[in-house]
Amino acid sequence: MSARTLYDKLWDAHVVHVEPDGTTLLYIDRHLVHEVTSPQAFEGLKLNGRKVWRVASVLATPDHNVPTTDRDKGIADPVSRIQVETLDANCREFGLTEFAMNDRRQGIVHVIGPEEGFTQPGMTLVCGDSHTSTHGAFAALAFGIGTSEVEHVLATQCLWQKKSKAMLVKVEGTLGHGITGKDIVLAVIGKIGTAGGTGYAIEFGGSAIRALSMEGRMSICNMAIEAGARAGMVAVDDKTIEYLRGRPYAPQGEMWDRAVAYWRTLVSDVDAKFDAVVELKAEEIKPQVTWGTSPEMVVPIDGRVPDPAEAPNAVKRADWERALQYMDLKPHTPISDIAVDKVFIGSCTNSRIEDLRAAASVAKGRKVAANVKLAMVVPGSGLVKAQAEAEGLDQIFKAAGFEWREPGCSMCLAMNADRLEPGERCASTSNRNFEGRQGQGGRTHLVSPAMAAAAAVFGHFVDVRQLS
Amino acid sequence: MKPFVKHQGLVVPLDRANVDTDAIIPKQFLKSIKRTGFGPNLFDEWRYLDHGEPGMDNSKRPLNPDFVLNRPRYRGASILLARENFGCGSSREHAPWALEDYGFRVLIAPSFADIFYNNCFKNGLLPIVLPAEVVDRLFKETEAHEGYRLTVDLAAQTVTTPSGEAIPFEVDAERKHRLLNGLDDIGITLQHVDKIKAYEARRKNETPWLFV
Repeated sequence: MSARTLYDKLWDAHVVHVEPDGTTLLYIDRHLVHEVTSPQAFEGLKLNGRKVWRVASVLATPDHNVPTTDRDKGIADPVSRIQVETLDANCREFGLTEFAMNDRRQGIVHVIGPEEGFTQPGMTLVCGDSHTSTHGAFAALAFGIGTSEVEHVLATQCLWQKKSKAMLVKVEGTLGHGITGKDIVLAVIGKIGTAGGTGYAIEFGGSAIRALSMEGRMSICNMAIEAGARAGMVAVDDKTIEYLRGRPYAPQGEMWDRAVAYWRTLVSDVDAKFDAVVELKAEEIKPQVTWGTSPEMVVPIDGRVPDPAEAPNAVKRADWERALQYMDLKPHTPISDIAVDKVFIGSCTNSRIEDLRAAASVAKGRKVAANVKLAMVVPGSGLVKAQAEAEGLDQIFKAAGFEWREPGCSMCLAMNADRLEPGERCASTSNRNFEGRQGQGGRTHLVSPAMAAAAAVFGHFVDVRQLS
Repeated sequence: MKPFVKHQGLVVPLDRANVDTDAIIPKQFLKSIKRTGFGPNLFDEWRYLDHGEPGMDNSKRPLNPDFVLNRPRYRGASILLARENFGCGSSREHAPWALEDYGFRVLIAPSFADIFYNNCFKNGLLPIVLPAEVVDRLFKETEAHEGYRLTVDLAAQTVTTPSGEAIPFEVDAERKHRLLNGLDDIGITLQHVDKIKAYEARRKNETPWLFV
């Protein structure tokens, strides 16, 4: 057999049937479900008298709508409450495993999947959420789907798919101090654009990726979708396997050994051909800060807000002008001169233990600046929260004036009560800086957890590399 | 699903690149557990001058007169002309639901985001990719001629302008077949039950840990 990419291997292992034009019925191993994109899918099953094909393949949790404070009082917003209660009722009716709002394992779907060992190498994994690409960090083929497809997977355990092209994003070299997976992926998006990966599945490789922890790799794969690619992935290595060892849903005993032997094969062959290759040098990547309303509108911390007059074409120029107006920024402003009103540390991109440690190391012994109205830390799951508390991170954050919250999606998309008010500017560790994303009229700057914590304590963006 | 065969309709030009699904249907409307009724909140933050929340009487809200959908000449438009990377962002199918509920049947752009593109086909909405320079010309023609209409023929894979020029477009054969006939994906898949079961039997043997 000719040399294959990791993506080829994952794809080939899941083909059930192929139509003449290449449209493929692909088998789906795991399905994560949350409250926002599933009610209409369950309703469809009920209307047609259909059952869930493989109950054990599904893990559900409410994450988008859940409050991050006073959880014992329930959900104040009646519309949000109905949506979460609908998920609870559907899981009961169809016999699905759910980590309900007050379960200690509840959290953001993309945090709990890996944390539970529910996400494993070699799997196809889907969720009605675009950031499902996160799970590709485990050499899984993982991608977001719409609600019709959620219903389709529930009913048939399969999906109709056309194979994407394969892109390799290769980051060679050694990252500088304070540079994270988030900075890598923002730099990649800055280089190829938000549509640069459209039609591709991206494999992230190279020595800088191999040097990253699983958390760092998850942050990168998480934002593959912001580069336009439905799926991002990283090959299996020792770190992948060690991360999964002993987790609740991971294979045990003899089955573990068999699984590991298979997982070791989940790397692109040396001679595998990619349809596109993008290369970055790790040494050149600086802390990244977005300035506009698309993740591709990004510059290094020592950069300046760009001038639309220097845009490469007319469409981009109009885009930049609109973005600057929305963000209330002037061309040529140094990024480090931009002051923030709020800081959000959390989301499926950056709410894992390593992210919280990085933010805490900056917050330690410092205080949130007077001009910052709110700095909040929202752990990705109940278990991340518990671990952070065991390490004393919550005390560091609270002593510095940060709020320490309950797990969920929170102000990444502001479906719960956590949001920006019109005109407020936020340093956020989330993944999207679209207009209104964190609240109507809110202004989002995407950064790494350490950069967000630094913005909180200095009141404006600063270069984490210059902090002691 | 509603079949799509041929459609003639008024064109509205939305001259912005990277229109994301948060802009198409803001998050507060995603709290609905229904599949319908999203049309009045399509492009909510651009379309109205106030802040929209679920349950409001949208007919009483102040419209933004500068937003293209609100201009009288584009009232009743069913073909949306857009720029590159339309529908980027989240996987929310509420975006095509809102477009369809508003009355759109066809979207034309130089490129669409993958998940959004895929979701459109599940809802009888036809996304058409045309070269950027062709889209650019359609923008100019739409803006220059009030009442500018296009005819879209899925079987022939053409977009025909008022002058009679037929512009060809590409679409996957299988997607075209399903959309032309309004076929339900789950129904088609369930015709392959034996293959799915055979696959599972083989994989249970090869990779048993996936089936515990």
